[in-house]
Amino acid sequence: MTERLPPQRGEWIDRSQPLKFRFEGRSHTGFAGDTITSALAANGERLLGRSFKYHRARGVYSLANHDVNVLVEDRRRTNIRGDVTPLWAGADLQPVNTFGGLAGDRLKIIDWFSKLLPVGFYYKAFHSPRWLFPFYERRMRNIAGLGAVNAEWKREHFATVHDFCDLLVIGAGPAGLSAAVAAAGLGLRVVVVDENQRPGGSFTYQWRNDAAAAKLLDGLTAAGVANLEIRCSTVAAGYYADHWVALVDQQRLTKMRARSVVLATGAIAQPAVFANNDLPGVMLATAAQRLIHQFAVKPFHRGVVLTANDDGYRAALDLCLAGVNLEAVLDLRQQPADSDAATAVKKAGIPIHCGQAVTLALPHRGKQGIRGVQICPLDAQGQPQSSGVRELACDGLAMSVGFAPADGLFYQAGGRMAWSEELQQFIPKSAPDGLFAAGRVNGVYGYEQEAADGRRAGMAAASFLSRDLPSTPVDAERPRLSPNHPYPIFPHPTTKCFVDLDEDVHYKDFVNAAQEGFDQVELMKRYSTFGMGTSQGKLANVNAIRILARIKGQSVAETGVTTARPFIHPVTLGHLAGRGFHPHRRTPMEGRHEALGAVWMNAGDWSRPAYYARKGLTVAAAIAEEVSAVRTASGLIDVGTLGKIEVNGPDAGEFIERIYTGRFARMKVGTARYALMCDESGVIIDDGLVARLADDRFYVTTTTSAAGAVYREMQRWAMIWGVQVVLASATGSRAGINVAGPKARQLLTGLCDFDISATAFPYMSVREGQIAGVNARFLRVGFVGEWGCEIHVPACCAAAVWDAIIQAGKSHGIRPFGVEAQRILRLEKSHIIVSQDTDGLTNPMEANMAWAVKDEKPFFIGQRSLRIIGRRPLKRILVGFALPKETESANMPKECNLIIADREIIGRVTSVTRSPTLNQVIGMAFVPPERSQPGTPLRIRLDNGESVTATVVATPFYDPKGKRQSE
Amino acid sequence: MKLLRCPVNGLRPLSEFLFGGEVREMPAAETAADDEWADYVFNRQGEPGVRKEWWYHTASGTWFIAERDNLKDEFVRTYLYSPGATAAEAK
Repeated sequence: MTERLPPQRGEWIDRSQPLKFRFEGRSHTGFAGDTITSALAANGERLLGRSFKYHRARGVYSLANHDVNVLVEDRRRTNIRGDVTPLWAGADLQPVNTFGGLAGDRLKIIDWFSKLLPVGFYYKAFHSPRWLFPFYERRMRNIAGLGAVNAEWKREHFATVHDFCDLLVIGAGPAGLSAAVAAAGLGLRVVVVDENQRPGGSFTYQWRNDAAAAKLLDGLTAAGVANLEIRCSTVAAGYYADHWVALVDQQRLTKMRARSVVLATGAIAQPAVFANNDLPGVMLATAAQRLIHQFAVKPFHRGVVLTANDDGYRAALDLCLAGVNLEAVLDLRQQPADSDAATAVKKAGIPIHCGQAVTLALPHRGKQGIRGVQICPLDAQGQPQSSGVRELACDGLAMSVGFAPADGLFYQAGGRMAWSEELQQFIPKSAPDGLFAAGRVNGVYGYEQEAADGRRAGMAAASFLSRDLPSTPVDAERPRLSPNHPYPIFPHPTTKCFVDLDEDVHYKDFVNAAQEGFDQVELMKRYSTFGMGTSQGKLANVNAIRILARIKGQSVAETGVTTARPFIHPVTLGHLAGRGFHPHRRTPMEGRHEALGAVWMNAGDWSRPAYYARKGLTVAAAIAEEVSAVRTASGLIDVGTLGKIEVNGPDAGEFIERIYTGRFARMKVGTARYALMCDESGVIIDDGLVARLADDRFYVTTTTSAAGAVYREMQRWAMIWGVQVVLASATGSRAGINVAGPKARQLLTGLCDFDISATAFPYMSVREGQIAGVNARFLRVGFVGEWGCEIHVPACCAAAVWDAIIQAGKSHGIRPFGVEAQRILRLEKSHIIVSQDTDGLTNPMEANMAWAVKDEKPFFIGQRSLRIIGRRPLKRILVGFALPKETESANMPKECNLIIADREIIGRVTSVTRSPTLNQVIGMAFVPPERSQPGTPLRIRLDNGESVTATVVATPFYDPKGKRQSE
Repeated sequence: MKLLRCPVNGLRPLSEFLFGGEVREMPAAETAADDEWADYVFNRQGEPGVRKEWWYHTASGTWFIAERDNLKDEFVRTYLYSPGATAAEAK
């Protein structure tokens, strides 16, 4: 049975585009422009969902995303909100959370024994035995809840867009559009967003039969203003600092940075609370009007209107025009309304009953709709009276008892609202600079007044942005007669009166929660779960606060509100995830490594070769071959990720001496030194080399991960100390290649344009020269324990230099080696890696590196702290250890395994490896000083709980005198 | 996301900046008592109010000082550091 009306003026559907779809297997037809809910209603479907907890029948309620009665799933997605999701051709939809379909849901029986399920019941009922709680909880979660997640999901990509505007207007109703037009007329770049598919706000459903309103809307939406853009189907979902608003549409998340914002989000029509007020057929008057005017759907056939304002009378007229037989208009107010709309209703011959309320919706058999309503007169205090109760037959009830401001964004922005007793709603009290509320959210009702308030806000935003414009001190014009009934709540002794439809929280739950002591608004929210559902209490919060206020015998103002947090409507995780732009740094040799079979590892933002895979070799064997090549012939490694900083200026030597722990000011030009950096508490934070290129020119290297931080701190100290230095980071502009091994010097001899003999280019010296025709800096180093030379060249030429070295090295057994091999090589030499062999508390004495600290100089960072630490006994010290040669791999400790003595933790392993050179498991560990003597046994607890005994040995493990690296 | 005014580059989003901690005067290392030094190294002022803080604009490598009201989470003003000058003297 179709409920589609003849074409309505301004309807959103396109009748030339029919869309076939299925719901619970039944075939239906809707139109382009329909939402899922409107299309179902148009096809005569009344029962559209089952509720979260009691599995009660639900239908159209707000049609505005203010409830989630209609949640459906297709095979791909679940929890699709029917009210706002556009229908698509071929949709095959099922309701969520039913057991055997909507009509036959087996769990609707829960509603019958719901007396046994008071608020918080499962915390109480299933508390003991405690071990059974997870079982009950699983059961409960299965029964109560939303749709099932499709585990076969495919990743969808959503874009993130950054956008900017002078004025962002949120809400394209009478106030928002007027604000936008006014501000655009003053030259501002204005963006208007609205969550509906078309602009107009209340124009599009509450004022469709008003010719003057239609004319105003046409004027406001007339095209042709270049600096005014209206974005529909776009939700302003969250409001963040400095007018940074998250705009969510179907495809993307737009991070809008506005210079000012007009909040014209309107007001949310609120339901009355009475028995069975959730049954299909009971709906907000605005929902009935949306059905009629936006989607040309007849909401019901024989209706009753419950109102407390003029909007209800206008809704009654709209229903009449749509062909609904109206039994009566019930006005909660005692005095008959004196307005054009009320007069027109009277003229139309519809009975008006003042001072009457609906106390019970009478269900059909099967509770899937209503067959009538029970009404009763109210006394002067608004209490239902016991006499005079009667029934009206109807299949639909439209409620218009008041509104609540859509103020979530206003709160998020840092605004404050205050309760207005006259208006019976919260109105803005203070707003952050640049934010202006307009229209219903500002407590202004009536499209002309809303439009005027919008113009005022638009002008105010413009004068906020430009001092040339005069400020507009006009106040908002709020109505004398409030559209909001102070207490549209009529509890029923036996039947449930719903306050929060999302969470199935009804009136009694509030009474119970208050009795149990949860009588503060935030406590009651959490205990009863009102306002915690998908719609975040858009239809529940105000009534909940009214109920709590009455229970406590206090005013709404004293009762307060719950905190409004992002998001206003649900936002998919895909929107938040975006595409994930993370910086990823690659050295110029990337292609070379790839061709050589590099297996990559991450080092901060960088990718580095961990090792080079070789056919037929295990990982360990491939790494061992790389180690062996360096020890016996030659190897090269890409060290371009190291931090590289040039320190220039007359104070450069003095500056470096203050930054690092060693002595550098009197270094000879052409020499290099190991450098250790501490923070102010004396903890090691970095190490590297300092090379002197000229009297006033130093070249400093840092570890890969600390490169950025070291450069930053150097900049800050240079500024604080007021020294004459100029710092330049060369980390990205210069690549680095370390060539090492007993044959390395020989292979470089022909490539370099200077004498690299031991006398001309000794250990720890620096030279500037050319390699393969490229200008380079050469650092004679020994990190891996062999003759080594770090070659730093401009990044653009690095690959050519790499190729030249490999070419020249072919006859010297050259082999590229990765980070894994380098870690083994340096561990054989017991060279520490800062932040692996040190932690956030390690000082140089503990790292056995007191030799690198020169306390006799006047100042360095950390010096004063190290003096204090130095006066105290040492707590731990880094030592080398070795395991017996026959140790099996299974018994090899791992980094961070603990060292145990007398059932106490006394230390931990910082580095460990099987040394291919020594054919033995070696490592470094922190131990108490009394256990640091070579020969001391250390019991190391393995991951599997077993222990192995290692022995403290003298370090370095390999080439203890360092002859090979310094020759 | 908040906006912060770099004294060199103007108003930029907070994601371009790094926080560098509270601005503190280092006591004279030679003469300070151990307690005084430890207080400088380890203790930070967390009291609500306007705090002087170091901020770093990463894109341009600019250190500067921001006075921030940590109660309202508002930046009061920003300026470049000048050696030896206290905030009151800096303009």
